[in-house]
Amino acid sequence: MAAPEGRLAENIVYFARALRAAGMPVGPGSILDALEALNVARVGARDDFYWTLHAVFVKRHEHTILFDQAFRIFFRKRGYIEKLIASMIPQTLEPAAKSPAPGAQRIQEALFSGLNERAQDESEIEVDARLTISDREVLQKKDFAQMTAAEIAAAKDAIARLTLPLDEVRTRRLTQNRRGHLIDIRRTLRASMKAGGAVIDLKYLGPRVKEPPIVALLDISGSMSEYTRLFLHFLHAVTDARKRVTTFLFGTRLTNVTRAIRQRDPDEALAACSANVADWSGGTRIASSLHVFNKQWARRVLGQGAVVLLITDGLERDPDDTLAFEIDRLHRSCKRLIWLNPLLRFHAFEARAKGVQTMLPHVDELRPIHNLDSMKELVRALSGVPAKGYNPKDLLKQVA
Amino acid sequence: MTDKTLPNSIDSTLDLLARADYIADRSLATVLYLALKMGRPLFVEGEAGVGKTEIAKVLATTLGRRLIRLQCYEGLDVSAAVYEWNYGAQMIAIRLAEAEGEGDKARLEHDVFSERFLIKRPLLQALEPDPAGAPVLLIDEIDRTDEAFEAFLLEVLADFQVTVPELGTVKAPHPPIVVVTSNRTREVHDALKRRCLYHWVGYPDAARELKILRAKVPGIAKKLSEQVVAFVQSLRKEDLFKSPGVAETLDWAGALTELDVVALDPATVSDTLGVLLKYQDDIARLDGTKVKALLDEVKSELRAAE
Repeated sequence: MAAPEGRLAENIVYFARALRAAGMPVGPGSILDALEALNVARVGARDDFYWTLHAVFVKRHEHTILFDQAFRIFFRKRGYIEKLIASMIPQTLEPAAKSPAPGAQRIQEALFSGLNERAQDESEIEVDARLTISDREVLQKKDFAQMTAAEIAAAKDAIARLTLPLDEVRTRRLTQNRRGHLIDIRRTLRASMKAGGAVIDLKYLGPRVKEPPIVALLDISGSMSEYTRLFLHFLHAVTDARKRVTTFLFGTRLTNVTRAIRQRDPDEALAACSANVADWSGGTRIASSLHVFNKQWARRVLGQGAVVLLITDGLERDPDDTLAFEIDRLHRSCKRLIWLNPLLRFHAFEARAKGVQTMLPHVDELRPIHNLDSMKELVRALSGVPAKGYNPKDLLKQVA
Repeated sequence: MTDKTLPNSIDSTLDLLARADYIADRSLATVLYLALKMGRPLFVEGEAGVGKTEIAKVLATTLGRRLIRLQCYEGLDVSAAVYEWNYGAQMIAIRLAEAEGEGDKARLEHDVFSERFLIKRPLLQALEPDPAGAPVLLIDEIDRTDEAFEAFLLEVLADFQVTVPELGTVKAPHPPIVVVTSNRTREVHDALKRRCLYHWVGYPDAARELKILRAKVPGIAKKLSEQVVAFVQSLRKEDLFKSPGVAETLDWAGALTELDVVALDPATVSDTLGVLLKYQDDIARLDGTKVKALLDEVKSELRAAE
């Protein structure tokens, strides 16, 4: 299979690189698969060619659109695919197939230019991170909104060092447990074999515990702008420490930034996040964002006892019945809904805003999140310690 | 119906599926053909009720292979999915050996952990040779199990082998035909998907859904079937929490024929809406006037098409 596919292989490699540049995870393994598949399928029509490559390169439903676009651009030239297909059949191999693939060159240039100009944030400030104790104490209590650039940098540092305790839920999976309630026959038998079968030493199984998934919904509208960057740092730290964290940003529309935030370096992760989002510091449409989340994502990310962190000030632009409906649905489809509201920093905070009033009855917990102390407390709360004083119903009573 | 060999082109794959009344589109036939030909697992994702599980069943019947189904659930572990020792029999064997005064411990252990006492669960069964050809292994709703089990499947799906610590590695002489389905209640890890050929099963278009309906509900009247399909298709354009799948269409058509309905009218639709929509919010959204409006639209479109 070496000779006839020379040009084809080259083109598939180019095409795979184009897909990779477009953000699809296409490894060298898939290229080999693609060549094998084309060989096996003996495709005769453009459609079959399309679906054969689709079968190999696309591993997620969302990527179908990317693939479709790239395919169209890459194989745009009429008759080009037919030529490629012809080149796969050894008998019809002709020297004409040697002509360079203009489409390939073009997509190369189109997709690869600009790839290298990675957004480099040069505005790093040199900070002496060795703060004195009292400095640190001040920092703990200071509102994020009132911090200077240097203090924010120090706060980021502190966030990165937050130790995240393990929050655990029981799963249905069993594991060795001395005080378990089920007999582990497999281990019991093996242990008694060691004693020649004379003694039966019972071994036990108990439920295995595991961290529940966290889903964070972060408001990035204008009213939250002083906080969003630091919250993103916080979410980055959480994502780093735990396995199953999904992060969504919403202003006027919802964006999933989980993949972006998973990058090791916090600044790179944040840059990747902002590259994904079109509606920074705009208005807030909580209801419609939640609607999209409930419809498209809730069933995919809220399984296995997920905890939802809803980070917003609750200042909905146009609160109406849909907000109550959507937050109720969200509440019913997760294990625990925690609302983090930076506005709670004011002692006299009252649930006067219509949006806040609508949402309060449907959350399990309402917490402030405006300084490092409150973040630490949240971390403690995530470890499953039932919180006192954060019952949303108390606030509602105050208003009434 | 006698041809039970593997298809040798995309067209013959389409025919193969059609023989068992599975009306597939060309993209599915392509990926299925590749999966069979390259010996790779097929990973199908899609909304509930679009016929993902059916693919494996149809393959098993048309190819005359044994269907082995592994239904995934939270907490699925090796003893339920791969193998288990027959402890009762092992205990008796140990007692017997004692009674006979067998003193050789190593030998006893070897005897007790032999294939004789092994209970094979679906994954191990699928790796066994079968006179009818390698079986079809259906791993259904993999998203319901947890990551740990997914990781375990990597070995099975990549090399078609399973390691039993006491016995060694069991490798399939002929790799089974593997179909993995997922409803996307969580994302399955890329490492697993990488080993498979991926396909998203979407809702069919009107023409194909009509074909499916006529193949699966043979007694249905022509007019009713057209109306049912057009109505369901227009429902899928509505902003519903869960759009009706093909399975619901078939159920609904079955229900309507049972009720001797020959043409749709708003009252019948409202009464039988529970067959199509499974969420109270969705049903509440489609009140009498909405149903009537949709139905009128559907009927006028059908008239225009005639």
